[in-house]
Amino acid sequence: MGFLNINGVSKSYGSLKVLHGIDIEVEEGEFLVLVGPSGCGKSTLLNLIAGLEDITDGEILIRDRVINGVHPSERNIAMVFQSYALYPNMTVGQNITFGLEMHGVSKKERKIALDEVAKLLRIENLLHRKPKQLSGGQRQRVAMGRALVRNPDVFLFDEPLSNLDAKLRVDMRTEIKKLHQNLGTTIVYVTHDQIEAMTLSSRIAVMNDGYVQQLGTPKEIYDNPQNIFVATFMGSPAMNLIPAIVRALDDGTVAEISLYDGSLEHLPFGRADMNSWDGREILLGLRPEMITDEESADRKSQNIARIKNRIEVTEPAGSDTFISMQAGGKSIVARMKSDIDVKPDQVFPFAINMDKAVIFDPVEGIRIQANISS
Amino acid sequence: MTVAAQENIVRTSQSVRVGIYLALIVFALFYLLPFGIMVINSVKPLIEITEGNMIALPREWTIDPWLSAWSTAQIGVEPTGLRPYFVNSIVMALPAVAISTALGAINGYILTKWQFRGATLIFGLLLFSCFIPFQIVLIPMARVLGVLNIAGTTYGLILVHVVYGLGFSTLFFRNFYAAFPNELVRAAQIDGAGFFRIFWRIMLPSSGPILAVCCIWQFTNIWNDFLFGASFASGSAAPMTVSLNNLVNSSTGVREYNVHFAGAILAAGPTLLVYIIAGRYFVRGLMAGSVKG
Ligand SMILES: Nc1ncnc2c1ncn2[C@@H]1O[C@H](COP(=O)(O)OP(=O)(O)OP(=O)(O)O)[C@@H](O)[C@H]1O
Ligand SMILES: [Mg+2]
Repeated sequence: MGFLNINGVSKSYGSLKVLHGIDIEVEEGEFLVLVGPSGCGKSTLLNLIAGLEDITDGEILIRDRVINGVHPSERNIAMVFQSYALYPNMTVGQNITFGLEMHGVSKKERKIALDEVAKLLRIENLLHRKPKQLSGGQRQRVAMGRALVRNPDVFLFDEPLSNLDAKLRVDMRTEIKKLHQNLGTTIVYVTHDQIEAMTLSSRIAVMNDGYVQQLGTPKEIYDNPQNIFVATFMGSPAMNLIPAIVRALDDGTVAEISLYDGSLEHLPFGRADMNSWDGREILLGLRPEMITDEESADRKSQNIARIKNRIEVTEPAGSDTFISMQAGGKSIVARMKSDIDVKPDQVFPFAINMDKAVIFDPVEGIRIQANISS
Repeated sequence: MTVAAQENIVRTSQSVRVGIYLALIVFALFYLLPFGIMVINSVKPLIEITEGNMIALPREWTIDPWLSAWSTAQIGVEPTGLRPYFVNSIVMALPAVAISTALGAINGYILTKWQFRGATLIFGLLLFSCFIPFQIVLIPMARVLGVLNIAGTTYGLILVHVVYGLGFSTLFFRNFYAAFPNELVRAAQIDGAGFFRIFWRIMLPSSGPILAVCCIWQFTNIWNDFLFGASFASGSAAPMTVSLNNLVNSSTGVREYNVHFAGAILAAGPTLLVYIIAGRYFVRGLMAGSVKG
């Protein structure tokens, strides 16, 4: 039994079903990130946990207690909203302690709790200001303070950083991570930013269309996506999905792809279990960093395929240079070191790390087999 | 476009500006003139008016017409002056404004933050009361007041004004609260505040501008109402507007125009005062509602 259990939870608005049988088990102290495109039901799921919406089907448990129908304030959860939702008429201090006051905590204890939280978040000097006199980052802190002060079992965050500018977002991200490490609280965190998801989480639930597509650690999600949706949603630039045909040859099974000039190239899978797919179409999933130059190729890799392909566009991005080219009739992206000396239209030798390639059924959109490595 | 407009502003010459101000002053005078005439004539002895000098300043200044209008003039058959009716109007308007504003605020809060099935329909029906011609409801209303046994009383009038003020006060607050973030209500729910606590501690303290708008609007309408007052509260329960009419139409004796003028100003006084004191909140509140909405 986990600390927070979501068992077969569905949610419908009238005839519109927005969540379909969600099952997630969150351990105590875990940082679970719900990630997915807009409208996939992340906020809805969070609101169900908070008790702000009624569950249509299934049940949610916190500390083994079923909380369906329990009032939001009785669930011992705290929530940080995207807009921060600070009460405009109250000072920062009143904002933070309002929940305690509603729960009948004495003025003296409220003061102690407030001081503690204010110190933790370094907002001692803001306590007498009104929310409109604060900057975005300060509001964000106050909103977190309001959640922290109640010492809840579970923290719920709904895209808390999306209203901040890029730099502040990175700072606050680090701060949230630190806070989680120091306090060891259980957090469910909604975002549609996959970098936030990767960096913050101990586990990620990738959602789409009201289904959990995959639940796993960031590494599992990144290295072993279970379907095309997860593969392309997580990672930037997205994973390349190259149309290929399986050929079972005498010296092993290969993926046959076409290159810029229509020539066919064989990329060995390095495993025998693709034999049964002989002659069938697949999608070969390769992350951009798996396609690179000879020197940058992963030395631990057992199985490096070498191809020559024409460079179409180069995009220097500071730490890396991204290169696009044609393969399998599609434009694909390779990630090179930043100082690589290449020009468009040049035919360049690439090294492909086939150890980490993932293979999808193009019709079903799901993973064909477990990865060879790991 | 904007650049041209800005240049225009900068280049506006002295003479153009003088022209603009002159025009504005003329308009202001045009609107103030009737009021000025009223004031002038209310401090004149009657003889100066009957001589035909309405526009001229008084030769002899006097406040007798005011005193007479206030406490001794003949209203209908009683020589009571307007004072008791002024009190009637206050006793009617204050509770009616307070109750209709309070109910409107709660209605707006429920209609936006506690949506229920049929909420839109109910709001539609409430809005209907903003635009219904009041003549239509006179007879049914009279019947209702009769059944409740408050016909012809100030209580009856308060009820009527609350009922017909509700449409506008609900409209004001609904639109204002529609722009009020739902997340605040949700945050307060998680914090453990209930229905009324959220309203009292979070919604209402942020409603200053719309409260001002609603109070001014209701007060002006209720104070100035004649139809309901004349229909449902005759005699000693009549409001100021009705008694002013009675003052002017008293059939006995000479027509004391100076007293009539003084009475009319007395009747208009409270609404004027409200506008002067709270007018800028009115504008600000209307802006707040519209811009945010
Ligand atoms: N009150 C409602 N009535 C009807 N449909 C709703 C309601 N609230 C949400 N939905 C629908 O439920 C789906 C999921 O919404 P939700 O807000 O959970 O998305 P989300 O994943 O949080 O998206 P975003 O990233 O844009 O915040 C959407 O298709 C939305 O239109
Ligand atoms: Mg959302």
